[in-house]
Amino acid sequence: MAFLEIRNLEKSFGKVSVLKGIDLEIDKGGFLVLVGPSGCGKSTLLNSIAGLETITGGSISIDGRGIDGLHPSKRDIAMVFQSYALYPNMTVAQNIAFGMEIRGVPKAVRDKAIGQVSDMLQIGHLLDRRPSQLSGGQRQRVAIGRALVRDPKLFLFDEPLSNLDAKLRVDMRTEIKRLHQRMGTTIVYVTHDQIEAMTLATKIAVLKDGLLQQSGTPAEIYNNPANTFVADFMGSPAMNLVPVAVHKNGSGVAISAERDNLEPLVLTVPNAPAGLAGHDGGKVIFGVRPEALTDRDSADRNARNIAEGECLIEVVEPAGSDTFAVTRLGGKQVTARLRADANVAAGQKAKLAFNLDKAVFFDPASGQRIG
Amino acid sequence: MSQASPDNAVRTNVPARVAIYIALILFAVYYLLPFYVMVVNSLKPLDEIRGGNMLALPQQLTFEPWSSAWSTAQIGVQATGLKPYFLNSILMVVPAVAISTLLGALNGFVLTKWRFRGDNTIFGLMLLACFIPFQIALIPAARILGLLGIAGTTQGLVLIHVVYGLGFTTLFFRNYYAAFPTELVKAAQIDGATFFQIFRRILLPSSGPIIVVTVIWQFTNIWNDFLFGASFGDFDSQPMTVALNNLVSSSSGVKEYNVHFAGAILAALPTLVVYIVSGRYFVRGLMAGAVKG
Repeated sequence: MAFLEIRNLEKSFGKVSVLKGIDLEIDKGGFLVLVGPSGCGKSTLLNSIAGLETITGGSISIDGRGIDGLHPSKRDIAMVFQSYALYPNMTVAQNIAFGMEIRGVPKAVRDKAIGQVSDMLQIGHLLDRRPSQLSGGQRQRVAIGRALVRDPKLFLFDEPLSNLDAKLRVDMRTEIKRLHQRMGTTIVYVTHDQIEAMTLATKIAVLKDGLLQQSGTPAEIYNNPANTFVADFMGSPAMNLVPVAVHKNGSGVAISAERDNLEPLVLTVPNAPAGLAGHDGGKVIFGVRPEALTDRDSADRNARNIAEGECLIEVVEPAGSDTFAVTRLGGKQVTARLRADANVAAGQKAKLAFNLDKAVFFDPASGQRIG
Repeated sequence: MSQASPDNAVRTNVPARVAIYIALILFAVYYLLPFYVMVVNSLKPLDEIRGGNMLALPQQLTFEPWSSAWSTAQIGVQATGLKPYFLNSILMVVPAVAISTLLGALNGFVLTKWRFRGDNTIFGLMLLACFIPFQIALIPAARILGLLGIAGTTQGLVLIHVVYGLGFTTLFFRNYYAAFPTELVKAAQIDGATFFQIFRRILLPSSGPIIVVTVIWQFTNIWNDFLFGASFGDFDSQPMTVALNNLVSSSSGVKEYNVHFAGAILAALPTLVVYIVSGRYFVRGLMAGAVKG
């Protein structure tokens, strides 16, 4: 039995259904990241786990104990909020100790706990300050300290980094990851930032419109997206999704993408998934990540199936470490990730290598993966 | 909420500045004139006032009118001065302000942080209290005070003022707390704090400005109220305003204008003190409530 189990969770506000039957679980010590665009229900899901929202249907259990209907303080959880939610009228030490004070923990024990947490987060010198006298990063640490001091079974983070500037965000991200590795705690973390999700998670759950689109390890989500939404949402630059026609030929399946003023680009897919042949004569969506679409020299040496095609480069975007080249296939912009010093120029043709080991195909009507 | 600094002001040239100051000084004099007349004449013997020239400074300084107004002047049928009524007013105003402010804060807390179905409708209905003229409620209020057995008592007046003030205090606190971060309440819930613990430990300590606004508003309104005091007060409970009226408008004997002036100043003094002590917070709090609400 998993540590946190969410079964068929439903939540509606009046007639508006926000969560439509979510099933999700995470093992002890795992780092579950809920990711999705705004309004997908990820914060509502987190608040439901916290008990800050009452659920309409389904069940939630932590460590085998059903927590439906329990008060937030009885669920053995701690939460870090987006705005940090530090009590403005209390010092840092009082903020950290407030929960213990409410529970009637003796002062000596409280002070010891404050000492331990402030050492761990290096906020010992801030204990007598008020939140208004702290910087964003310091507030963030105090908020994490307030959660740590409870020593809960489950930590909940609600977009904790989105109020920080870009540099600090990366630092705090690393710090949260380090904290998780050192303490071995179980964390549920909400973000709309797919890079945060990829870097932090041991398990990612992608939500959209109150439905779980896919859950799995970051690698599974990235390499084997279940549908076009997940494929498009995760990864930056986003996965190229090209409408192509499917033809069976002798050795397997070929796909062809329409091009303006050029012959269609035809690629033979030797390792085509079984389902693809069923679309013979029809259209599918061909998904390939920018790093699987590159110049010949930097193509993955271990890849078994590489197809080459000559494409007209429309835009070249040097990014320092790489050069991104934009071409057009099937009426869509397609981004290729090339070596920094790749010899390409806008308006000229270049030979691009498609790593078909990494290619995925989707049904154009449903958007679902073709297996 | 920083104080307005000169840097924020529009720069103006010297002649414009002089004109502005002259206008402002004229207005200030204009507004201060009645108060000047009251003070000056309350310090004169009655003969001097009868001699004319209300604006002149006293030739013979006397504090007799003040002590008379305070302790010996004829109020209605008894020569008690304003003193017992001043006490009545204090006994009425302090609990009425405290209770209505506290209830307003609780209402604001519930209406913004513990929302329930129909909360906006209830708030709308409470707002109506701000617009109902006092006179309409007189007879029903008299009936209810009678049923409760507190007609003609200070408690009765406190009840009336609390009920009438709730609309305003709720409005003030609701708008103030609407800008108060809800995540703080959630964090406190997770920390295990109860409804009243959250209210007392988290919200109230951050409510200074709006408490000042509400207290000034309620204090001024209740202290200055005449209608309820005249309608529902007995000798034991009539407030200062009613006594002042009885002092000034008595139809028998000599009109002691100097005593009347002194009495009027005495009646206005508490509100004046409240404004002077906390006026700075009043403006600040009004701004906070208005801009963020």
